Amino acid sequence: MSYLIQQTLIYAIPLMIVALAGVFAERSGIINLALEGIMIFGAFIGVLFVHMCQKHGIFALLPGAANWGSMQLFEILGMVIAGILGSLFALLLGFAAINLKADQTISGTALNMLAPAIVLFFVRIIANQEELRLYKGDAAEWFMIKKGMLGLGEADNFFVNTFLNKVYIATYLCILIFIVCSIVLYKTRFGLRLRSCGENPQAADSLGINVRKMRYSGIIISGFLAGMGGFVYALTTSNCMSNGDVAGFGFLALAVMIFGNWKPLNIALAALLFGLFKCLAAGYSSIDINGDGIKLLYELSKHPTWGKVLNPNFYRMLPYLISLLVLAFTSKKSRAPKAEGIPYDKGMR
Amino acid sequence: MKKSGNLLSKDGTRSVLATLISILIGLVAGAVIILIVGLCDSKLGLTEAWKGIRLIFFGLLSKGQQAGRLIFGFNSTNIGDMLFRAVPIIMTGLSVSLAYKTGLFNIGASGQYLAGTTASLFIALKMNTAVVSPWIVWILAFLGGILAGAFWGSIPGMLKAFLNINEVLACIMTNWLAANIVTWLFEGSGLQCTEGTKTQVIWKTSHNGVATAKMGLDKIFPDSQQIDGGIIIAIIIAILVYILLSKTTLGFELKACGSNRHSAKYAGIRDKRCIILSMALAGALAGAGASLYWLSGTTEFHWQTYLSLPGEGFTGIAVALLGACHPIANIFTGMFMSTLNVAGSKLSFFTGYNEYITDVIIAVIVYLSAFSLLIKTWLGKRAKKAEEKKIPDVVYTSKNMPEGAKPPVSENTGKEGNEQ
Repeated sequence: MSYLIQQTLIYAIPLMIVALAGVFAERSGIINLALEGIMIFGAFIGVLFVHMCQKHGIFALLPGAANWGSMQLFEILGMVIAGILGSLFALLLGFAAINLKADQTISGTALNMLAPAIVLFFVRIIANQEELRLYKGDAAEWFMIKKGMLGLGEADNFFVNTFLNKVYIATYLCILIFIVCSIVLYKTRFGLRLRSCGENPQAADSLGINVRKMRYSGIIISGFLAGMGGFVYALTTSNCMSNGDVAGFGFLALAVMIFGNWKPLNIALAALLFGLFKCLAAGYSSIDINGDGIKLLYELSKHPTWGKVLNPNFYRMLPYLISLLVLAFTSKKSRAPKAEGIPYDKGMR
Repeated sequence: MKKSGNLLSKDGTRSVLATLISILIGLVAGAVIILIVGLCDSKLGLTEAWKGIRLIFFGLLSKGQQAGRLIFGFNSTNIGDMLFRAVPIIMTGLSVSLAYKTGLFNIGASGQYLAGTTASLFIALKMNTAVVSPWIVWILAFLGGILAGAFWGSIPGMLKAFLNINEVLACIMTNWLAANIVTWLFEGSGLQCTEGTKTQVIWKTSHNGVATAKMGLDKIFPDSQQIDGGIIIAIIIAILVYILLSKTTLGFELKACGSNRHSAKYAGIRDKRCIILSMALAGALAGAGASLYWLSGTTEFHWQTYLSLPGEGFTGIAVALLGACHPIANIFTGMFMSTLNVAGSKLSFFTGYNEYITDVIIAVIVYLSAFSLLIKTWLGKRAKKAEEKKIPDVVYTSKNMPEGAKPPVSENTGKEGNEQ
């Protein structure tokens, strides 16, 4: 079971944090279709930061049990830098949407096209191949926390094995950030003002709220979370590698956001569900490894008729199918912010 | 009459000028990136950067290099390849344009393109050309691609018409559904190419003799391996789309429904039918583009598509927006985009740079097209100023009245926003 839970978390956490990024933008009234692009850009910046630090001997301590603390600091720094640059990238969307009142769908699509292009252009020049990897070692060796490091080498219970062995600090940090951001959005004055700008900006303006400032805050927070999520994705699922691609995770996060009906708690659950599907698709053949996976799913995958349907392609497709069905059946009750995608015009009522 | 002022005050001229300005800014942005990277990277330096910049602007005319110096001139290989690569993006561009003119943003051209690809390749490769003659197979595969694309496009159309679901979200979902289904279908298809060490590649259609007719174009561009009649078919289809949109009742209904669904319904137009039809037509165009590309017989399809969507769908958005969603303009913007594509391959061949810079340029152009309204307004203001400077010396009728002298209603940007 611990294998399944760990793998699910690894896929679910980036989804969750990027979906929350989408919520911050949409709640402030801007459709952020560029999540995928910001993730790609954030992943590149984070990987580049780690690569360059390794190359120039910053954090030159040997990775391993003795220095694991400073390695975690290194990882967190990477996340922060990826987040900041993600914000800057998202400002391109903000500028077009807020100042120039451009079509947000088109600007978002443009950023989705720009990110992989510019990332691949620089990756080719820096690494002379299609992907940028760590300068030395691999992600697990440098950043992974093992139970021995925490002085729990002897412990062998379910909790330690699942949540404290072979994990990344990024996972827990993201959960923490998710909780803090949800509280900010729902329990603070700032959050209420932000949400009001996505529902009825004219009314918000009449009460003295600066709509433009609120929308910029929304898009900056959104860019930070998405950029950081991109780096976390690259770090935990693809061995800290950047190749101008996050395998549609940004769009999957949009699906999570829709499935979660723009609400943080629902989004967390939706992300876990979609993370499970991703995990099943990726680790399909080893679901029941060591007998700790889900026995039923394993047996179904070996079944002569069901086994044909329940293959990785099916699990990969499932999130999109579910989101489409959710869209179809809840369109009447959908809680999408009312003013999203509409440029704010003071003269309009 | 002052010609320059008069020209600038025309909406069409301003659109064309806005497009040209977008292109120029995009190209200059690419050149600046190349220059900066060249100056920062000791491996490249200023000479490489200068080569790169020249290739970005004149890559189509590149004839190779001798002793480290680039030679430029007419190159029929490049032009032939450019025309061939223009075919799918002209078609996806038409798809996006048609949807845009009818009030829908078709971000799902990639998925429709994949649907068309699958249907065409299955029909072309599964039919026995020893029994059925290849050109009948070609026609069937082409029609199959069109129908598959239309079907895939009609799904978001139906969701929009019956359940009022945002077509952008529905299209994103159907895109990724298509990406996974296509991988799934080809995995068990038995069509995998088994030559050499290639993996995850389907046979070219020339494998069993199905290939688009050359229509004499191989005589005009003798050195190009790829050129075929696809470009002629694409141009004909573009003209047909133009006629459909601007000369027929159906086109008028589609456009009316796009600008205001409810008033169209009030006027007796069946709005649901219109929405589904315009998405289906858009899908059909994207599917046709895929058919024309893969049925050429010179291209191989990598079927593991589940990780990324085909770029043609998104380049189609660029083609459409750059051409102000005018079907005829799309032919030229499509050719421009494939010119960039050719320039990109020259760039990675002759210099230390790589072809991705052209994707950067395309993305910048799409980003700018979101501001094209701004550029157009600015041009309009310039026209107005030019008019004010010179005292008009003709008698105005309602027809030749310049922008500046019209009542302020015509300056309302909200109206132009609707046309965007």
